[in-house]
Amino acid sequence: MEKFVFYILAIIMIVAAIASVSSRKMLRSVVYLLFVLIGIAGIYFLIDYNFLAAVQLTVYAGGIIVLVIFSVLLVHHIEMELEMAKLPAKILTGLLCLVGLGIFLITIYSYDFKVVENYKSTSVADIGRGLLSYDAGGFILPFEVISVLLLAAMIGAIIIGKGDKLTKNDEIV
Amino acid sequence: MNITKSIHEWLFSLMPEMTASIVEMVLIAVIYLAIFAVAGLYLVLLERKVAAWFQLRLGPNRVGYLGLLQTLADALKLVSKELTITEKADKFLYNLAPYFVIISALMALSLFPFTQEFQAFDINIGIFFLIAISSIGVIGILLAGWSSNNKFAMIGAMRSGVQTISYELSVGLSLLTMVLMTGSLQLSEIIEVQKHGWLIVQGHIPAFIAFCIFLIAGTAETNRAPFDLVEAESELGAGFHTEYSGMKFAYFFLAEFINMFIIAAIAATVFFGGYLSPFGITESIPLLGIFWFLAKTLVIIFLMMWFRWTFPRLRIDQLLILEWKYLLPLNLMNLILMAMMVLLGLTIQF
Repeated sequence: MEKFVFYILAIIMIVAAIASVSSRKMLRSVVYLLFVLIGIAGIYFLIDYNFLAAVQLTVYAGGIIVLVIFSVLLVHHIEMELEMAKLPAKILTGLLCLVGLGIFLITIYSYDFKVVENYKSTSVADIGRGLLSYDAGGFILPFEVISVLLLAAMIGAIIIGKGDKLTKNDEIV
Repeated sequence: MNITKSIHEWLFSLMPEMTASIVEMVLIAVIYLAIFAVAGLYLVLLERKVAAWFQLRLGPNRVGYLGLLQTLADALKLVSKELTITEKADKFLYNLAPYFVIISALMALSLFPFTQEFQAFDINIGIFFLIAISSIGVIGILLAGWSSNNKFAMIGAMRSGVQTISYELSVGLSLLTMVLMTGSLQLSEIIEVQKHGWLIVQGHIPAFIAFCIFLIAGTAETNRAPFDLVEAESELGAGFHTEYSGMKFAYFFLAEFINMFIIAAIAATVFFGGYLSPFGITESIPLLGIFWFLAKTLVIIFLMMWFRWTFPRLRIDQLLILEWKYLLPLNLMNLILMAMMVLLGLTIQF
């Protein structure tokens, strides 16, 4: 049963990924990309990694794709089509992709994966404890670093978004 | 439940394991689709009746007893209508968009425990999954607006996107406030915790604030009045579904009502004890759970309809100011208040 679901998901993802890079309409590409991301969430569900699957859905499908759709809506008209790339560029991209695929396949096939016995699905509580623990295997440092990074990004976005207004207010004061 | 157990055994005795499990999945899907259709249709009727009541009219009362068949007739009409499309629309996306909206609504529906045992998908991240799914639905609206190739549809879709993204935060944070008390995201466990008093009683002041915020943000997230800028008919025609007709329009329309049901059901489950009866008066009859669940949900739906026919529509800037300058800071403070309360053990438990 799991095998079939996996292959169905894999086919959907591969087809959507190819369609995403070959479609000439921008928003359609975005929607195909959305299918790929939802497929990845499906694979997380399949391996019983519910939390990561839901994060994948919220962050990638619900967040990033919506932002991309927004930017496409703002800059793109429905009748516009993307330009076709020139032949040398196509060949070069194809070659690079083949090299990338080769490296991936070699690493995957040369690594010997171990089947985990008596697997237990992770609960949200475990993840929370892992993120906040100081002991070995705890992730408190990366967690805090990321939160500082996100804060910096947010402040940066506000500064850029406000633009002139910020400096103008300073002058008045 | 006993019936489902016997059907389950009967199916597995009849067929090889794999076909049986597939047939079982299909059966469950069909049952949920039926619930979806019936709930959607009768919520439309309820909305019209409530609207009529608020405006001192009678409402639909000709088709069937007390107008009970009115929406069925409407649905038949919509099915038989021609599907139109604008000339330069993006046909693929135009046809795809309604399914995003309706599938996300249907998936969310499968999570609710209607009674102790009647729950299709008891995932351990329940509430988080609901939030994740609801963030997919907006993509359908954005696509519908863009692919119709119509400026009104486009403006409606943009407004909907802004609105849903902003108010999702408040929905998530107000639910998170409640999760602090339950210590679990799983819906069945959240209800287990409420055997010692519904969460709105257990958490008293911060829980009540969270409930108010959730109701406001939930109304906004379903794009209902007073937050229905998406389809403000005086400015935008019908908003993002201006160009849709027939059954495709009906998908959007049904999904909107199902989303209202979902918001109300989340509120009933998280704040008011889901299928639990008040003071445990019918605890010995687990089948009555469905009655209590629906009763609580319908009261909250009635509240949302009351909003709709009472408040005038907000402007888009007022809408965003309400979220970012009032609800969000209030919500964050409320979260800290609740965390301190749980830490100091100030919750009320029976």
